[in-house]
Amino acid sequence: MSDEHANLSPAARLTKWLVSGPPFVFLLLFFVAPSIIMVVASFRYPGEFGGLAPVAAADPATLQGLTLETYRFFFSDFIYTEIFIKSFFVALATTVICLVMAYPLALLIARSPKKSRDLMVLLVILPFASNFLIRVYAWMILLGPQAALSQLVNGVLGAVGAGPVHLLFSPFAVLIAMVYVHLPFMVLPLYTNLEKHDPSLLDAAQDLGANAWRRFWHVTFPLSLPGIFSGSTLVFIPVLGMFAIPDILGGTGDMLIGNLIKEQFLGTRDWPFGSTLSIMLTLAVLLCVWLAARVGSTRGRYA
Amino acid sequence: MPLLEIRNVTRRFGDFVAVDNISLSIESGEFFTLLGPSGCGKTTILRMIAGFDLPDAGQILLDGQDLAGTPPEKRPVRTVFQSYALFPHMTVAQNVAFPLKMARCSADETRQRLGEALEQVHLTDKAPAYPHELSGGQKQRVALARGLVNRPSILLLDEPLGALDAKLREEMQIELINLQRDVGVTFIFVTHAQVEALALSHRIAVMREGRVEQVDEPARLYAFPKSRFVADFIGHINLLDAQVLEATHGHLRLTIAGLGEMIAPPLAGAAPGGKGTFAIRPEQVRIGIHGEVTELKNHFPGEVTHFLYRGDVTVYKVRLANGMMIEALLPNSAPGGAELFKVGDPVRVGWRHDAGVFLHE
Ligand SMILES: Nc1ncnc2c1ncn2[C@@H]1O[C@H](COP(=O)(O)OP(=O)(O)OP(=O)(O)O)[C@@H](O)[C@H]1O
Ligand SMILES: [Mg+2]
Repeated sequence: MSDEHANLSPAARLTKWLVSGPPFVFLLLFFVAPSIIMVVASFRYPGEFGGLAPVAAADPATLQGLTLETYRFFFSDFIYTEIFIKSFFVALATTVICLVMAYPLALLIARSPKKSRDLMVLLVILPFASNFLIRVYAWMILLGPQAALSQLVNGVLGAVGAGPVHLLFSPFAVLIAMVYVHLPFMVLPLYTNLEKHDPSLLDAAQDLGANAWRRFWHVTFPLSLPGIFSGSTLVFIPVLGMFAIPDILGGTGDMLIGNLIKEQFLGTRDWPFGSTLSIMLTLAVLLCVWLAARVGSTRGRYA
Repeated sequence: MPLLEIRNVTRRFGDFVAVDNISLSIESGEFFTLLGPSGCGKTTILRMIAGFDLPDAGQILLDGQDLAGTPPEKRPVRTVFQSYALFPHMTVAQNVAFPLKMARCSADETRQRLGEALEQVHLTDKAPAYPHELSGGQKQRVALARGLVNRPSILLLDEPLGALDAKLREEMQIELINLQRDVGVTFIFVTHAQVEALALSHRIAVMREGRVEQVDEPARLYAFPKSRFVADFIGHINLLDAQVLEATHGHLRLTIAGLGEMIAPPLAGAAPGGKGTFAIRPEQVRIGIHGEVTELKNHFPGEVTHFLYRGDVTVYKVRLANGMMIEALLPNSAPGGAELFKVGDPVRVGWRHDAGVFLHE
């Protein structure tokens, strides 16, 4: 990389700066700076009516200065770690369900004639044309007690003598909406990967004695791992921080990290603790991405 | 009984007949080549033998058994694809061992056969490398080893040398000949390069527009083409329109319009009045001013219009009295003696009475 840079002419170097400059400045202003503010905020005391307490105050009775209090608080009550773990499992379950549903679809699209592929991809991304909240609220109606699905489920349950269940405001509702909203983020990277596979590799595998299942297992699947990783990352991370769906479709006990953080800023107005939770979330995400990248790089060495 | 028998096989794509009622018999241990211009149906035939495509009519028999109901993965036939189709996520060793794994060979047997196969193609030290780390020739050899590792009855090679540069191509040709002789597997080789076909094959089928024009050994194909197409496709040749004056079992007497009479080797079925083409190779054409050439039975005056110095030989293009062009090829065995005649020189060209062939219309 450094050699490459050394060979650039001054004009090329200027172009490079001009092209990378604006996004760089943008991220500096709206990502790096807020992150620093957040880290600092996590070490401060909450203000009396929200916000942050001043670092130095005239009245020594008020809380002021820097503290590790929020971190101590986070680890003092297991309930917060529990919410992290629960959010992690919801994100994992969503990712796995999305993967299982998206893979056959992506494969189907990738193996369709070129003409119909674009149309099918369009259909996959079509839900984005309507507002996210409207789509989530639609599930409220679909899962409502009067809706056909609830009637059907409770009818069947009633017939075998089991009690009626509430589909809405339940972990089930949260999961189903999470999967629904994030499915395209799994389908698209998988499709992009599968579409690039050289069909002659499958011919070769068949020629060398592999039946349909072994062709998939030994050729298609390992070659699609990069697609699986990027799709999983694109689903897992947003789900981990999602608050709107549990807010709208979850019950009182279905709080996830996103809700907890939102609550600190908009409800209890404890900004420092909200910042601490956000930092913990960021660290958890970085850990997951790092793990995924490690697994991905050992498997994807050939690419 | 031949190892592979193709019986009246036809394959159509819509209205287009890609393979038109072809019959071929290929013997065990043979290096058999399908040669023909682009689009004549060579790949289509290979795909039908491998099982990726099925004939619309006719049969393909292996050891007397019809292959129609056998899917590609069950046929004892392997293909070396032009793009090599190596698995990019597997090492050389894993690629070559893939067919063994599919055949569920034991670990011991896999190790032994893998070792043998890699040795045969001189790639033992590349076993842990990935395909993207290999040169074109090495990839080629991995594909060969992978195709041969569990001893197929037939190895199909679809223009395997097409992507290599000229020098490597020649090296690989020699390796292919040696490899085929050593393993004794039947090779069916596809190419549109006639030089390659002549160099490698035991027998060649020359194809044209979905049909087989002639099947013969390389030397016979070169010396005795049966049609104008084959004569023209294999090597360089001079073609002169001719008509039969007299046919005996010892010779043919032909007349060439605007040039005169000449004597050619006999041909079964030729009759006086029959029209056709007299074909003669440039290396059979002598060129000179007098002496040796004028002692030949067939000689005509002409004028040198071009000459091409090729290093080992020089090609002279001579315009005959009737305006036809003829090529003569002289070896440059004498040092510095490349330019015996100059452009514009009046010369005589001639050939022996037993050289060349007459081809019916
Ligand atoms: N799947 C197909 N659909 C329609 N036409 C086809 C198909 N496969 C082959 N053809 C046609 O059949 C003819 C023979 O094709 P084939 O690939 O066998 O030629 P080839 O002799 O291998 O040529 P090349 O030397 O260029 O590889 C071509 O005209 C081709 O366009
Ligand atoms: Mg071809």
